[in-house]
Amino acid sequence: MNSGISLEHYLALGAVLFCIGIAGVLTRRNAIILFMSVELMLNSVNLTLVAFSSYLGNATGQILAFFVIAVAAAEVGVGLAIIITVFRNRHSINIDDVNIMKG
Amino acid sequence: MEQTINTANWNWLILIPLLPFGGLLINLFLTKAKLPEKLIGWIGSLAVLSSFVLSLIAFLNLRALPADQRVIEVIFCKWIEVGTFHVEWAILLDPLSSLMMLIITGVGGVIHIYSIGYMHGDKGFRRFFIYLNLFVFFMLWLVMGNSFATMFIGWEGVGLCSYLLIGFWFTDMAKASAGKKAFVVNRIGDWGFLLGMLLLFTTFGSLQFTKVLPSTIEQYPGGAPILTAIALLLFVGACGKSAQLPLYVWLPDAMAGPTPVSALIHAATMVTAGVYMVVRANIIFSLSPFAMSVVATVGALTALFAATIGMRQWDIKKVLAYSTISQLGYMFLGAGVGAYETGIAHVMTHAFFKACLFLGSGAVIHSMEHAFHHANVHSDPQDIRNMGGLRKKIPITFWTFLIATIAISGIPGFSGFFSKDEILWKTFASGHIILWILASITAGLTAFYMFRLVYLTFFGEFRGGSEAEPHVKEVSPLMTSVLIVLAFFSVFGGHLAIPESLGGHFVVGKWLEPVLEKSRSLPSLAYYKVEHEKMLELGLMAGSVMIALLGIGLATLLFWKKKQERDVLLRKPTGFASLLENKYWVDEIYEALIVRPINSISVFFWKVFDGMAIDGFINGTGQVAVWVGGGIRRIQTGLLSNYALFMSVAIAAVVGWMIFGR
Repeated sequence: MNSGISLEHYLALGAVLFCIGIAGVLTRRNAIILFMSVELMLNSVNLTLVAFSSYLGNATGQILAFFVIAVAAAEVGVGLAIIITVFRNRHSINIDDVNIMKG
Repeated sequence: MEQTINTANWNWLILIPLLPFGGLLINLFLTKAKLPEKLIGWIGSLAVLSSFVLSLIAFLNLRALPADQRVIEVIFCKWIEVGTFHVEWAILLDPLSSLMMLIITGVGGVIHIYSIGYMHGDKGFRRFFIYLNLFVFFMLWLVMGNSFATMFIGWEGVGLCSYLLIGFWFTDMAKASAGKKAFVVNRIGDWGFLLGMLLLFTTFGSLQFTKVLPSTIEQYPGGAPILTAIALLLFVGACGKSAQLPLYVWLPDAMAGPTPVSALIHAATMVTAGVYMVVRANIIFSLSPFAMSVVATVGALTALFAATIGMRQWDIKKVLAYSTISQLGYMFLGAGVGAYETGIAHVMTHAFFKACLFLGSGAVIHSMEHAFHHANVHSDPQDIRNMGGLRKKIPITFWTFLIATIAISGIPGFSGFFSKDEILWKTFASGHIILWILASITAGLTAFYMFRLVYLTFFGEFRGGSEAEPHVKEVSPLMTSVLIVLAFFSVFGGHLAIPESLGGHFVVGKWLEPVLEKSRSLPSLAYYKVEHEKMLELGLMAGSVMIALLGIGLATLLFWKKKQERDVLLRKPTGFASLLENKYWVDEIYEALIVRPINSISVFFWKVFDGMAIDGFINGTGQVAVWVGGGIRRIQTGLLSNYALFMSVAIAAVVGWMIFGR
């Protein structure tokens, strides 16, 4: 359905969100903020998929978006469990503090 | 015409080498070193003596056959079958091998008995008899084998036993080195032997005596360069094994072994293996006059060379060692002029008198050691400068030694005369006048240095000190009885070689004829057919006796009539005497020209090439792996953001390539 917002606008939004997500992953030190950035990336991809699905009239994109949402949920569950364990051991969720390599 | 008979009747021949092997197995596995010496010693001796009985039976059975059928080949089983190369475990019984078998087991047997007495009290008594039996086993294979390959097994085996027995008292570095030297020098000869065997196989397709020897004359009735090459290469092997120039240097050092070893291996049997080989392959040599003259010349030169050194040696065994080298030279001289049967005759007589001499010297050494031990003197019991006047003290040793010395000096009536004189006569008759002159001079020198040995050892006054003198006693009856037996044969053993000119039948020669008849038809042995003047032969015989008497006379003048003062004898020699006493510095020359360069090259390859180049290459490869690892390691920083960055960059690159790059 065309309501004057063309496909390119959605794709651009998706790209911008993705880049913001990547910037967050690469620069943030707080593990939870890192996770939020990863979620942002995943959701930007979702947005792109749904946009394509809508403009091409194909349901494949939406189905794939479902998969991505499910996987993202599972991943968050596991990831937060890991962060909690790391916090219990190191008393910090600063990712720079979990480096015990000597070189 | 030769027929080979392969009937079951002769299968028992395998017992002849197997009995000594059985003796060694019994001593190795069933006895312990703590069992009585007599038991161990007699097991070993009886093993060899029973082989002697069987050899005698084989000999008599062979003799019962007509002369042209005396070739028995018994094949037991296949050994090597590679393409066209076939070798079997088989025995060839013919006049030559039967004679050698008798010598080996007979003289070997009595030497075993002597060793029971000689090695008494030695910690390695049992080991000694094991090695001795092993030696007899291999030596029998050498002479009984039916092909060059089986002969080579025996050849190598006796070399091994020689090493084991020379270095028997291996805790002494010098003695162990002597064993090593013998083996290494032998190996050089073996190289020639192997090449000769290879050429034989590639030219004639077989190594079996009954096949390859007749085919040499069939294919090349007039001789050929290839035959000369084969003959010369085989002779190189003989030079190593039989201690001829230039490979004789191991034999004097081999005197480091126990005296029975010197008697058995380095006088009576192993060193004669080279002569046996030349006589066995006589057709190859006869087809090549050049090879024959090489053999004869080397033989004559070695005989003279060794005799000169023997004149100035002070160790009783060293004198006998050089004497052995000299007499071996005679045997090769005889073979080299085509008179192969005289070479074998001299092998036989030499076995008797040289074994008697060596065992006699062993008895002397034992008596001296015993005396020195009692008197707590630390002089060398083998140095004749410490001896003197022993004939009253150890009479049996003295008389047997004297008899054997007269035999080796070539006095008529004793065995050595007949065989040595036959060699000299045939050398003259074949036209080798210069070699005849050299050999005759050597005969005079032989008489001289042997009687010098007798005089300095047994006559005059005892020089070993007055404390030791009353303790010099005769050795045990076991040892003296062997000496008497060998002395007997030193006299009468030569009667089988009495030539026709003196009324005998040269029995040995007739016996060996089937082995040599093909050679007799060749031009190089044409002089055999010429009727020589009997007077000439008798005249030359008288001449050689005169030379021998001259040598004895000179020795008597210098060493008996004149009183031998110990200090005079111990004086450092000068000039020519120094050259002789130091063996013409041959060992030192070899050391400088051959041994040291090889050592340096080896050290170079060890330290530089192996140490630096190869190890460097291997270690370097490892080092490179370490550097690369050290570099790549730095990617693993441990910082999460780094990993995230790498991942992002990589994914962007892959995606970019997928979109734009294809």
